[in-house]
Amino acid sequence: MDDIDRKIINHLQGGFPVTERPFRDAADKLGLEEEALIRRISRLLEAGYLSRFGPMYHAEKLGGGLSLCAMAVPEERFEQVADQVNAFPEVAHNYARDHKLNMWFVLATETPERIDQVVEEIEAATGHKVYNMPKKEEFYVGLRFRL
Amino acid sequence: MVLSEADNDLIKAIQGGLPLVPRPWSEVARQVGLAESEVIERVRALQETGVIRRFGIVVRHHELGYHANAMVVWDVPDDQVEQVGEALGRQRCVTLCYRRPRRLPHWPYNLFSMIHGKNRERVLDYIDQITEELGLREIPKEVLFSGRRFKQRGAKYR
Repeated sequence: MDDIDRKIINHLQGGFPVTERPFRDAADKLGLEEEALIRRISRLLEAGYLSRFGPMYHAEKLGGGLSLCAMAVPEERFEQVADQVNAFPEVAHNYARDHKLNMWFVLATETPERIDQVVEEIEAATGHKVYNMPKKEEFYVGLRFRL
Repeated sequence: MVLSEADNDLIKAIQGGLPLVPRPWSEVARQVGLAESEVIERVRALQETGVIRRFGIVVRHHELGYHANAMVVWDVPDDQVEQVGEALGRQRCVTLCYRRPRRLPHWPYNLFSMIHGKNRERVLDYIDQITEELGLREIPKEVLFSGRRFKQRGAKYR
């Protein structure tokens, strides 16, 4: 990865033009050729630095449900419960965190009603309480990273 | 906002990524059976209504050297949460900031902020900095670093 790659990453996390020749228009702003920009984005994707080049959707506006959930899982059962939780296709990601509530996962469902059902299903499958903490207000959702 | 069937097709067609070719919308248009100009118009409308929050590079932050991420949770009095949330959201090191419900008695925290950094020391420095700068020393908080990542598939729609 070189300075041009870093510049591309810093400038194109959002703000990509929606035009007939978007790569040309974006490349102009960055002082690059269209072809070079396409090639570099492809290479960054292949190298695994990017997860995708595309849209970030607003789940609720698509009609879906989204929530952050946590569980307090005894250490000796952690692996087993993680497998049980991750087996649900609605679990978008799952992190272990240092706290009594030590398993944190995001549910993304096709409908808002489905969140509560999945919470119940996970409680039934694991035998542990799920703390469901859907967002009440957004202050910042940029999730941008500078290099 | 009510999404049409064409919008839904479009949302599905590009959720994995845009074709990396000079005229990507023309290729998407072929897939969904619309004209290129109509696809561009619809995508712009989806941006305007906020269905598409943003468009472009989505990074894998671990792979880019952001090895530590902390969820910093704050127990802010309800009448201050708005102000504190907005102030936290403006900090460069804060990548996400939400208000969520408390789950008493086990979970008193109502404001969640994510802070990513190269390593834990760096993240802890950021937290000290923003605590000082925003005058949050009196607000109870906890820092939950992430350990292992068990799953990350991103949300899929439809």
